[in-house]
Amino acid sequence: MDFDLTPEEKAFRDEVRAFLDANLPPEGQRDAAFGRDWQRKVREKRWVGFSWPREVGGGGGTIMQQVILKEEMARRKAPPLGTSFMGLAWVGPAIVEYGTPEQKRRFIPDILDGKVQWCTGYSEPDVGSDLASLRCRGVREGDYYVVNGQKIWTSVAMWAQWIILLVRTDFETASKHAGITCLLVPMDSPGITVRPIRNMEGGAIFAEVFFDGVRVPVGNRLGDEGQGWQVTVSALAHERSSIAEVTSLARQLERIKELARGTKRAGRLTSEDPAVRTRIARIDAKIEAMRLNGMRFLTWQLRGEPLGAETSVNKLLRAALEIELGELALEIEGSLGALAKSDPDAPDGGHWQRMALSWPEVVIGGGTPNIQRNIIAERVLGLPKD
Amino acid sequence: MDFGFSEEQELLRAEVRKFLDQNCPLEEVRKLAETPAGFSRHLWERMAELGWVGLTLPDEHGGVGLGWVDLAVVLEETGRTLFPSPLVATVLAATAIDRAGDAAQRARWLPALACGTSIGTVALLEGSDDPDPAGIALAGSSEGSGFALHGEKLFVTDAQNADLFVVAFRAPQGPCLGVIERGAPGVAALPHELMDPTRRAGRLVLDGARIPREALLGSPGAALATTQRLCDCGATAVVAEAVGAAEAALALSVDYAKTRIQFGQPIGRFQGVKHPLAEMVVEVESLRSLLYYAAWLLDRDAPEAPLAVSRAKAFAAECFPRIGIDCIQLHGAIGYTWEYDAQLYLKRAKWTRPAFGDAAYHHERIARLGGL
Repeated sequence: MDFDLTPEEKAFRDEVRAFLDANLPPEGQRDAAFGRDWQRKVREKRWVGFSWPREVGGGGGTIMQQVILKEEMARRKAPPLGTSFMGLAWVGPAIVEYGTPEQKRRFIPDILDGKVQWCTGYSEPDVGSDLASLRCRGVREGDYYVVNGQKIWTSVAMWAQWIILLVRTDFETASKHAGITCLLVPMDSPGITVRPIRNMEGGAIFAEVFFDGVRVPVGNRLGDEGQGWQVTVSALAHERSSIAEVTSLARQLERIKELARGTKRAGRLTSEDPAVRTRIARIDAKIEAMRLNGMRFLTWQLRGEPLGAETSVNKLLRAALEIELGELALEIEGSLGALAKSDPDAPDGGHWQRMALSWPEVVIGGGTPNIQRNIIAERVLGLPKD
Repeated sequence: MDFGFSEEQELLRAEVRKFLDQNCPLEEVRKLAETPAGFSRHLWERMAELGWVGLTLPDEHGGVGLGWVDLAVVLEETGRTLFPSPLVATVLAATAIDRAGDAAQRARWLPALACGTSIGTVALLEGSDDPDPAGIALAGSSEGSGFALHGEKLFVTDAQNADLFVVAFRAPQGPCLGVIERGAPGVAALPHELMDPTRRAGRLVLDGARIPREALLGSPGAALATTQRLCDCGATAVVAEAVGAAEAALALSVDYAKTRIQFGQPIGRFQGVKHPLAEMVVEVESLRSLLYYAAWLLDRDAPEAPLAVSRAKAFAAECFPRIGIDCIQLHGAIGYTWEYDAQLYLKRAKWTRPAFGDAAYHHERIARLGGL
C-alpha cells in the first residue's frame, strides 16, 4: 500500500502543473480567444484523447497519467480537454476498438480536433433501463441499412452532426442482446427529425430523434452485425474513473462551507449550527470514501485484475452526493433557497438553484441508481436476476 | 500509487482467517461469551505466539515491527468472526508505553504484552463521555515524585481481564498517562454488563491508586499527543473490526436471501431485498477504503491522520448499526431469535458506535479540521 506517486508520475504531474501555471488564467479572465488557444495547446500536448493509442492521434497515456491529468485539470477548473464531448467520452474509444482502419481515419481526427459533435442514440420511448430490448429497426437492403424507429433522451441531438446509433437488425435471436447492431449516422441524413424536450430546469439538452426510412451505408457499421451490444458496453466501460467527479464534488462542498460562513440564521452563522456541521462532515466523509474507492478500484485495474460492478458503488455514492449537496445548500439559504436561479437575489449567482434542478442529468444518465443497485446485487453478490 | 495489499499481507489475512475458522467458529464464540472472562486464554496465547499481539511493536521488545495496515488486516478477520479477545486493548496499552515510555519502561512492560503473558488496556473515558483528551478531568494529586488518583474511569475495555492499565489523568501541568498494575492498592475493576456478549469492559475505580514517577509515561503534562494518538488508534481498531463484522452480517444476509424461498422464488430476487443488500455493499466497501487510508496515515504519523480516522469512525458509527438492523429485518422472524447469529452482529454494532468517539464527536472533528 502506497499512496505516493512514483518519480515518473511526479514528473508528469509537475509538467501538467507547469502547463497550467503558464496557460490557465484565473476563472474570471477566460474569454473566447483564450478558449480557442487553450484547445489548440492541449491538442498539441496530445492531452485530447490522452488515453488513446498514439497511432490514431491520441496521447498513449498510462492509466496513472490519465488520472493525474484529470485530477490536476479538475483541481484548477480548467476548460475541457477537447470539445467533442461524447466523441471523446465513448464514441471515439468504441471506434478505436472496433472501427476499421478507414473508419478510424475518417472519424478520429475530427473528434480530436473538436470539429464534430456526436450524440448517442440508445434509449427509446419504451426502452430505458432495459436497453437491450430496443426496437428501432435496421433492415439490410443491398449496401444500406434502412432505419425506422425512434430514440429519446438523446442529449445534444439538436447540435450534433453525427449519432452513434443502436438498432435491431435481427428480431429472431434467442438472446435479445444478440440482434443489436451499431451504426454511425450523419444527423443530416434524409428522414431524421429532431424534437427537443424541455427539462425541468427550463432548458433543452436532450431530444427525441425520429428515423423514417433513413439509409445508412453498410460502411458506417461499427463492428459486426449483431455485435452492437459489445461495442456499446465496452465503450461505456471507458468512463470508469471517478477522479474528476470527486474533485468537482469536493469543490462544491468547499463552496457550501463558504455559503454557510456567509449566512446568518436567527442571529447565528449557519457554519456554527451543529446540524449543518454534521451534514457537511457526513458529505465530506462520503466524498473521501468515493475518492478512495476510486483509487482502490484503480489499483485492481493497474494490477490487471478484472473490474466487476465495483464502479456502480461510486456511481451510487455520486448520485446521492449530487442530490445532497444541492439540497443542503438550499436549506442553508433558507427562504432564498426558494428563489429561481434567475432572481438577482439568489445567492451565489443561482448556482445551487441550478444544481438542485439539474442533478438528474448525471443521476439518471448512464443507468439510474436502482439499476446500479441491481448490478451490484446480481454481479457482486450473485443474487438471482429478476 | 498502490492501494492494495502486499503478498505478505494477503498471506497474513489467510493465516488469521484459517486460524479463526478452525479454532473459534461462532458456536465457540457463543460458549466463550458465557464465561466470566469472555475469552479463551489458550487461543490468546497461541495468537501471541503467532505474533499477532505484538504485530505493531518493535522487534527488540518481542514484537514483529509491522504497522497499523497489517494490524487492520488481522482485526478485520477477528471482527468477521466476532473473535473475543483482549487484542485491541492490549495493543493500545502497548502503543502508549512504546510511544511515551522511556527505555526502562519499554523494557519492563512491552515484552510481556507482546507475548501475551500480560494483558493490557487503556483507561481514557470518564463520566463526561468525551473521548477528546480535553475531556480528561480525573485529577492526579502530587504524592512524592508521582501522583495519587481518586476517581473513576469508564468503559475500560477488558478491565476485568487486564494485568496492566494505562490511565489518563490530569496533573496541574496537563494531561498525563501512567501505568497501574493489577492488584495494586486502591485499584478495583468492576465489570459493565454489555449488550455485546463478545466484548468485555468495566469501570476502573481508583481510590488512592499510586502512580510513582517510574510508572509515569513521559514528563508530567506531556501526554496530550500520545492520548490523542491512542484515541485515533483505538478508533481505527474499532473500525477495522467493524469492517469485518459488517461484511459478515452482509454475507449472512446474502446467503439467506439466496436460499429462503417465498412466493415460489428466493427472496433475493425481489428488489425490496436486493437493493438494501446493494446499499450494504456500498457502505462496507466505502468503510473499507476509509479504514485502509487511515491506517496507512497512522503508520506514517501523517498530520492528515486524525481527519482520516474521524471520517472512518464517523462512517462506521452510522453504517454498521444500520447494517445490523437491516440484517435482522431481511431475515424476518428468524433474525430475531437467540439461536440465529444475526443478533450477534447487531450487538457488536452497539459496541462499535460509541467506542473511541461516536458519529457526533467525529463529525464535529471533521468539520473543525475541515476549516469550519
